[in-house]
Amino acid sequence: MSELKRKYLKLSGLEPLVLSAETNFINVGERTNVAGSKKFLRLIKEEKFEEALDVARDQVEGGAQIIDINMDDGLIDGKEAMVKFLNLVIAEPDIARVPIMIDSSKWEIIEAGLQVVQGKCVVNSISLKEGKEQFIEHAKLIKRYGAAVIVMAFDEVGQADNFERRIEISKRSYDILVNEVNFAPEDIIFDLNIFPVATGMEEHKLNAIDFIEATRWVKENLPHCSVSGGVSNVSFSFRGNNPVREAMHSVFLYHAIQAGMNMGIVNPAMLEVYDDIPKDLLEHVEDVILNRRDDATERLLDFAESVVGKAKDSKIDLSWREEPVQERITRALVKGIDKYIEEDVEEARINVTKPIEVIEGHLMTGMNVVGDLFGSGKMFLPQVVKSARVMKKAVAYLLPFIEEEKLKNPQTEDSSGNGKILMATVKGDVHDIGKNIVSVVLACNNYEIVDMGVMVPPEQIINKAKEENVDIIGLSGLITPSLDEMVFLAKEMERQKFTVPLLIGGATTSKAHTAVKIDPQYSNAVVHVNDASRAVTVVGDLLHEENSKSYKEGIKLDYEEFRDKFLKRTKKKEYKTIEEARANRFKIDWSTSNIKKPNKLGIQVLEDVELEKLEGYIDWSPFFRGWELHGKYPDILTDEVVGEQATELFADAQKMLQKIFNEKLFSARAIFGLFPANSIGVDDIEVNVEDKTYTFRTLRQQLKRREGVPDYALADFIAPKKLEKQDYIGCFCVSTGFGVDEIADAYKADLDDYNSILIKALADRLAEAYAEYLHKEVRINHWGYASDENLDNEALINETYKGIRPAPGYPACPDHLEKLTIWEILDIENKIGVKLTESLAMWPASSVSGYYFANEEARYFGLGKIKEDQVEDFAKRKGISLEEATKWLATNISDE
Amino acid sequence: MKKNIQDLLKERILVLDGAMGTMLQRYKFTEEDFRGERFKDWKSPVQGNNDMLSLTQPEAIAEVHRKYFAAGADIVETNTFSSTTIAMADYDMEEFVYDLNYESARIAKMVADEFTEKEPDKPRFVVGSIGPTNKTASMSPDVNDPGYRAVSFDELRIAYKQQVEALLDGGADMLMVETIFDTLNAKAALFAIEEVKEERNLEVPIMVSGTITDASGRTLSGQTAEAFLISVSHIPILSVGFNCALGADQLVPHLEVISAKTDYAVSAHPNAGLPNAFGEYDETPEQMATQIKEYLEKNLVNIVGGCCGTTPEHISAIANLVKGVKPRQI
Repeated sequence: MSELKRKYLKLSGLEPLVLSAETNFINVGERTNVAGSKKFLRLIKEEKFEEALDVARDQVEGGAQIIDINMDDGLIDGKEAMVKFLNLVIAEPDIARVPIMIDSSKWEIIEAGLQVVQGKCVVNSISLKEGKEQFIEHAKLIKRYGAAVIVMAFDEVGQADNFERRIEISKRSYDILVNEVNFAPEDIIFDLNIFPVATGMEEHKLNAIDFIEATRWVKENLPHCSVSGGVSNVSFSFRGNNPVREAMHSVFLYHAIQAGMNMGIVNPAMLEVYDDIPKDLLEHVEDVILNRRDDATERLLDFAESVVGKAKDSKIDLSWREEPVQERITRALVKGIDKYIEEDVEEARINVTKPIEVIEGHLMTGMNVVGDLFGSGKMFLPQVVKSARVMKKAVAYLLPFIEEEKLKNPQTEDSSGNGKILMATVKGDVHDIGKNIVSVVLACNNYEIVDMGVMVPPEQIINKAKEENVDIIGLSGLITPSLDEMVFLAKEMERQKFTVPLLIGGATTSKAHTAVKIDPQYSNAVVHVNDASRAVTVVGDLLHEENSKSYKEGIKLDYEEFRDKFLKRTKKKEYKTIEEARANRFKIDWSTSNIKKPNKLGIQVLEDVELEKLEGYIDWSPFFRGWELHGKYPDILTDEVVGEQATELFADAQKMLQKIFNEKLFSARAIFGLFPANSIGVDDIEVNVEDKTYTFRTLRQQLKRREGVPDYALADFIAPKKLEKQDYIGCFCVSTGFGVDEIADAYKADLDDYNSILIKALADRLAEAYAEYLHKEVRINHWGYASDENLDNEALINETYKGIRPAPGYPACPDHLEKLTIWEILDIENKIGVKLTESLAMWPASSVSGYYFANEEARYFGLGKIKEDQVEDFAKRKGISLEEATKWLATNISDE
Repeated sequence: MKKNIQDLLKERILVLDGAMGTMLQRYKFTEEDFRGERFKDWKSPVQGNNDMLSLTQPEAIAEVHRKYFAAGADIVETNTFSSTTIAMADYDMEEFVYDLNYESARIAKMVADEFTEKEPDKPRFVVGSIGPTNKTASMSPDVNDPGYRAVSFDELRIAYKQQVEALLDGGADMLMVETIFDTLNAKAALFAIEEVKEERNLEVPIMVSGTITDASGRTLSGQTAEAFLISVSHIPILSVGFNCALGADQLVPHLEVISAKTDYAVSAHPNAGLPNAFGEYDETPEQMATQIKEYLEKNLVNIVGGCCGTTPEHISAIANLVKGVKPRQI
């Protein structure tokens, strides 16, 4: 073979995947397989394609280099599901970057899949099972569609189950493909059937070794082809004993890869590191896999008994305490253990000449390891924040010694660090969890952080930046008016001839807004950073001595191009006039629609709901997302990639939650009102509160969409006044934020950012849970239109209940100004103390407000972009200037 | 017997022609000119349908080909960029697709033969131009519905098959699937070509040319240069390369990628720079030639020509440049 030019299997999604000699092994993700994943099957059956996409995305993020997609199930239309799912996958660049394996036993599904994917796929699979003629016909088409192919070791007689049959079928298949079909040999992948060993049946003894030896034969005798297989089969008889299964997988792969297996389906969570397998277990497992002894199976079964239940981390291993001081400090930082840090730092300190050397030496060495692991995806955000906690404690311990040293030796220079970064949540905005996370992670990377907190006016940011001579300014915001604040600040920085880079982050920000609205205001670098891990690399590049200039130029150019493309793209959208949209409004048949009069009209204040009651209403998935752990709760706890971290974080959260409950750390407050109401003039809702009348102004969708789809406004869900049918509306505000800042600050003062962030995140979750709880109470009791409702928490989160509770500032009603009306109607500030800032953010931050609509046809929708004509009309209806209306609706006004 | 293109590619760098549209603009054809005699009563406006000029103003088309051959081109492209039922639907002219392709190929072939006869040492070739159509098979035109597709693989395959058959009937020596912004469209075209090859039991050299749309370095459908290359290398082709959207210098990094990673010939026909504020291409032949010199110094290409905004003057500058230069080894 050496004299031949080796040809490599090359595949592509949006990006290439080449199986060169250096690529040891390609891991195929198999969660998007209805036959292998109950969850995925359920999502496809229920047509929850968005969530199904998350499954695919999680796999790619978790390191799958190819994703296998299979829709073979009796209860779904496999062809339709395959095409629909693939079309959606293709539209997601973060998934579509990897090649796709189209997996089906039905040719029509495979062909339908091949017709919608632009990249070079793998077909899984064909075989000689139905005879040579069909095999050739399918192979020819696969070649013409431009895909590689998995060939199963299966023929007219049956499945290959020993060495001889495996090589016989492989050889025959290969010869037909290469010589008769002209199939590129490097595009052939053999699946040589991995079967279980140690089943107790004599004939299964050779299953592993035959596969391995057949692999070796195939790779030596059938040039250029690949070998694949599903690894977990091999350990099937040890279901329930994960330590043994993990060891079996590792041993099997170790030998199979050496024999030439270069692709396969492996669950990374079910894999032990070969070198870490205990010697005795390794010996027993290798005896079985390689069939080295007659009694290998019995011996492993006996031995397995002793391994059962010995969970991986059952006892705390303290052997690391014996290691040298640098290793101990590094380990403490990587593992986030603060128990021994002071004694280790002290030991380091007495062995250096100046205490600062411990920070610059030992601690930075450890933090660099943390940075590398985080950067390469081997550590996750909660771990890094814990590392920061250890770092801060270590530094705090050293500070008095450093001060002392300075007094003794005044010439000593300050440690300069990597650079100084100002962080602030802009004026009018109170949200800071994300900003705090980014600050902590940057601090871990030896940047000095000047954190100005929340609601910081622009002039203060400017002054502080000058005073501290910072190297970068980072702005954060969660609500839409904050976007204008950021634009304003960029203008101001330009006017005052600033040159430092500007970072933009927070839930409401986007690359598009940054590129289109902020970047043109400032002639220096402006970068949108959406997560903490990227923040480190971006800041590193921005402050890099040699490369920062070219990086900044690159960024500037990138945003310019993005802007041009964005502006060009949006030109393609078409809009209706507001009159056309109104004519096409959502029409409820009011003659038959069931309107329920609330059991009790008027305003009610709820004081001191027990927080414990809310626990069951918490939606945990966004909590994990906040920590950059992606996945749906509770599946995330067992996720292959982030499961371990998620479980740990969840345990910490539970602990904190109990503390909140036991010590009554927060007080929960709520107010709501239910009132007679009717829609007037199509888009407005008139509300009667005792003898006064208020009006809610709603906004209507204008983007041209498919024929037959109505253009929604919230007013559509309330009966028009002219029909003389009395309808009703509700509004509410809940908060669990009182007391949160004080506790969070106390943690921070104690150098514990981890718990400081954790408690704020939990307060946010409790506020949302309270809103969910109150909504349910309203539906069942106070309004009573769904008194027979009985839904569990998952159903609540999935919003399967009747009626909606949209919140001003969110997609159905992005106009924050309506909050003022809610505040006036319910007298919220006086009654429960929740205030509105100048940007109409709620303070305390952990608060939720909104409307209640009870009609069973009411649904959530996104307003999308609207046109000038509606803005003018809205301003007139509301009695405000066009300028003011434009300011508040800016992010929703189409700029064409 | 003229030399075959594969042998010529081993000897020298071949020159492709420049823009057809840019040249046709110079004629300032009116709506009436576009209609000609054959379509004088056509139901809808047709001005701008350049491909139909092969039927109504064949002399002009022949003249443009002649100018490019005279400037030194070895290969000219047929005037059929939009001659599929899918693209012609804009003018309701689906039914004339066969005529459009057949006549365009016939005219180009006639001119090529004139030149080959005069200069047997420098045989001239006609490549049938197969454009991307105006629909994308792997992207949704509706931002609210990312799973929607305006055209299917089979619709494209059928449309391309008609075009390919007519181009070959009209005398095209080769075929070029070009300006590929969605690789799935191109794969449908390649599929159709393979079907025709099998049905007619013939071999025909195929050129494949993608389009990198902007500095992101990707096709419109999101693929990197290498991913694109891998996605179109499954059937034997003559050459692979890039055209349009960018100027010659911006194409260099992408040509470097494919040049290093393919055993096929590499082609490039860039635009005359990027359009200015008025949408015109104003890079001079000298400027363009200076940039193309880099291709030669880096030994990146086997076939080079021009796309939007290029003229016989540009092609002449390129032809002079490549004279005597050793081609990239295939």
